[in-house]
Amino acid sequence: MSSSTPRSSMRSAAAVAGARSTVNSQFQSKDAWAEVGRALFVGVMIAALSVAIVAIFAILAWAFVEGRTRIDLDLLTNGPSTVNRATAGYSVAIAGTLQIIAGVVALIVPLGAGAAIYLEQFADRTKWYNRLIELNIQNLAGVPSIVFGILGLAFFVRGPFSWGFVAAAGSATIALLVLPTVILASREAIRAVPSSILEGSLALGVTRWQAVRKQVLPAAFPGILTGIILAISRAIGEAAPLLLVGALTFVTFYPNFFDGGFSALPVLIYNYAGRAQEEFQILAAAGVLLMLVILLAINSVAIWLRARYERTW
Amino acid sequence: MSSSTVQSAWSGAPQRRTLQAESPRYGEKLIIGFLFLTAAISVGVTTAIVISLFQPLPGFFQEISIVEFFSETEWSPGYTDPKFGVWPVVVGTFIVVITAMLVAVPLGLLSAIYLSEYAPNRVRKSIKPVLEVLEGIPTVATGLFAFFWLRPFLEYLTPWLPWSGIFSTGVAGFAVGLIIIPLIASVADDAMRSVPRALREGAYALGASKMRVALRVVVPAAISGIIAAFVLGASRAVGETMIVLLVAGAGSPSLSFNPFEATQTMTAYIASRATGEIAVGSIVYDTIFAVGSLLFLITLIFNMIAIRFVERFREVYD
Repeated sequence: MSSSTPRSSMRSAAAVAGARSTVNSQFQSKDAWAEVGRALFVGVMIAALSVAIVAIFAILAWAFVEGRTRIDLDLLTNGPSTVNRATAGYSVAIAGTLQIIAGVVALIVPLGAGAAIYLEQFADRTKWYNRLIELNIQNLAGVPSIVFGILGLAFFVRGPFSWGFVAAAGSATIALLVLPTVILASREAIRAVPSSILEGSLALGVTRWQAVRKQVLPAAFPGILTGIILAISRAIGEAAPLLLVGALTFVTFYPNFFDGGFSALPVLIYNYAGRAQEEFQILAAAGVLLMLVILLAINSVAIWLRARYERTW
Repeated sequence: MSSSTVQSAWSGAPQRRTLQAESPRYGEKLIIGFLFLTAAISVGVTTAIVISLFQPLPGFFQEISIVEFFSETEWSPGYTDPKFGVWPVVVGTFIVVITAMLVAVPLGLLSAIYLSEYAPNRVRKSIKPVLEVLEGIPTVATGLFAFFWLRPFLEYLTPWLPWSGIFSTGVAGFAVGLIIIPLIASVADDAMRSVPRALREGAYALGASKMRVALRVVVPAAISGIIAAFVLGASRAVGETMIVLLVAGAGSPSLSFNPFEATQTMTAYIASRATGEIAVGSIVYDTIFAVGSLLFLITLIFNMIAIRFVERFREVYD
């Protein structure tokens, strides 16, 4: 509709100028206070976000400053002792935590991945029992960890299994605690694989299980692995349920999975912190630092894995 | 499918063929059965939790009347004159939860608005993992930090406040609030990001500022997801044990509303009672299960509410 006559070009220039001034009057704020308010809002949001970030660094800094005199090899190689307080360490608790983690991995890898595969690929959502399983897993993810401790006390320590206060009971308790998060993370990973890949496979004549095993699972593997690694990091730091299955006892010997008392890193930290002597409080701070360094390393691996293998289909 | 059947099909021989697999594939049925079992185990876990919590209850409520449990205002099992009124630990729990929510609701919501509406993609990508790290910090570490550093520091800053003893319920609530910020921020952020762009652009076209769009369009549109985030946060705060055990300590057996003093919560009571010297099967031992059942029911209600709200925002915008 543009024309070359000077009159109409003048008219359209006037129209553009009029439109611009209207827009400006509408969009540019009339009073400076509104502008200040908006800038303030952004500032407040950034401040809110930094509280969380400052908290992380404050905890790390406190643990380092408080525990710096005990950052030594004794921390890793010596066991707890009330006599040699200045050289006591966490070796027994580290061994206990490693045993617990081994048991947790052995349980959650098949159970977590299996349940996720079933729910994403084979479950018929219209069946009541599948909906029950889904709702149940969502709920289980929100059950307080100490309730899992009561479960461990009633089922693994006493009751049907009656293992006593051993590392196996702690391991099984923690495994059940982190299982829902593994299932939810693995489901996310499987859901992120586009259905066209599954359907393409099926169209070539393979069975559903073959398509899932050879196409969907390899594509979802990094995501599932990330979920399992994050579950392990949670399992390392979890103390409350272990208090109920006997990890608070002051053991000075290496644990045996099915026999004799055990301890775990976060529980021994709590134990040390509750003792009156100052050496133990320093030792607790050093233990916090040790645990945080391990967890940060594990979390970084998980974050790196996710970034490295993240695919957009 | 063998080559002979292919040939005969091509040569036009009248042969009925179905789309069903030629082999019944029992092996695969077995695998799928196993996968179903792994999923069904979670129902077994819930059943086991319910059994382990509720099984000692009939015996407990034979000794202690349920009326006393819910009407007495003193909680002193194991004392020479034991009282079994559950209110002090319930009130202690809710003081912690309310303090935690006062901290985490504004901070978590503001963080979520920033992450979803304002943050450049690069900033968002680097901050999300940091928040995840905070969520993953063991609560025993946060608890020790709050007990050994934060509470003395706050007392040093505000010496005129009525601090008493080495424990403080308010500081425990504050520390619990810190650890649920990431949970609230990430759930609320997900909810706000699922609000369709068209709603935002419609508001911009009407001349709304970015702040107005964030507060008046995106937040109301995502409100059910945001409420779900708050409820999940509260449920997590109810169940938090180590921070409360370390920072709020073991309070007096009677009702207390003072955030500057020690209080006992449901979780801290269970943890401290279970690690003490008590005879299995005694009435004091059974209090673990009674308080545990109450805790389980409270968090169950919170979780069901949160799941409802999450489903609602999924239905509307998916």
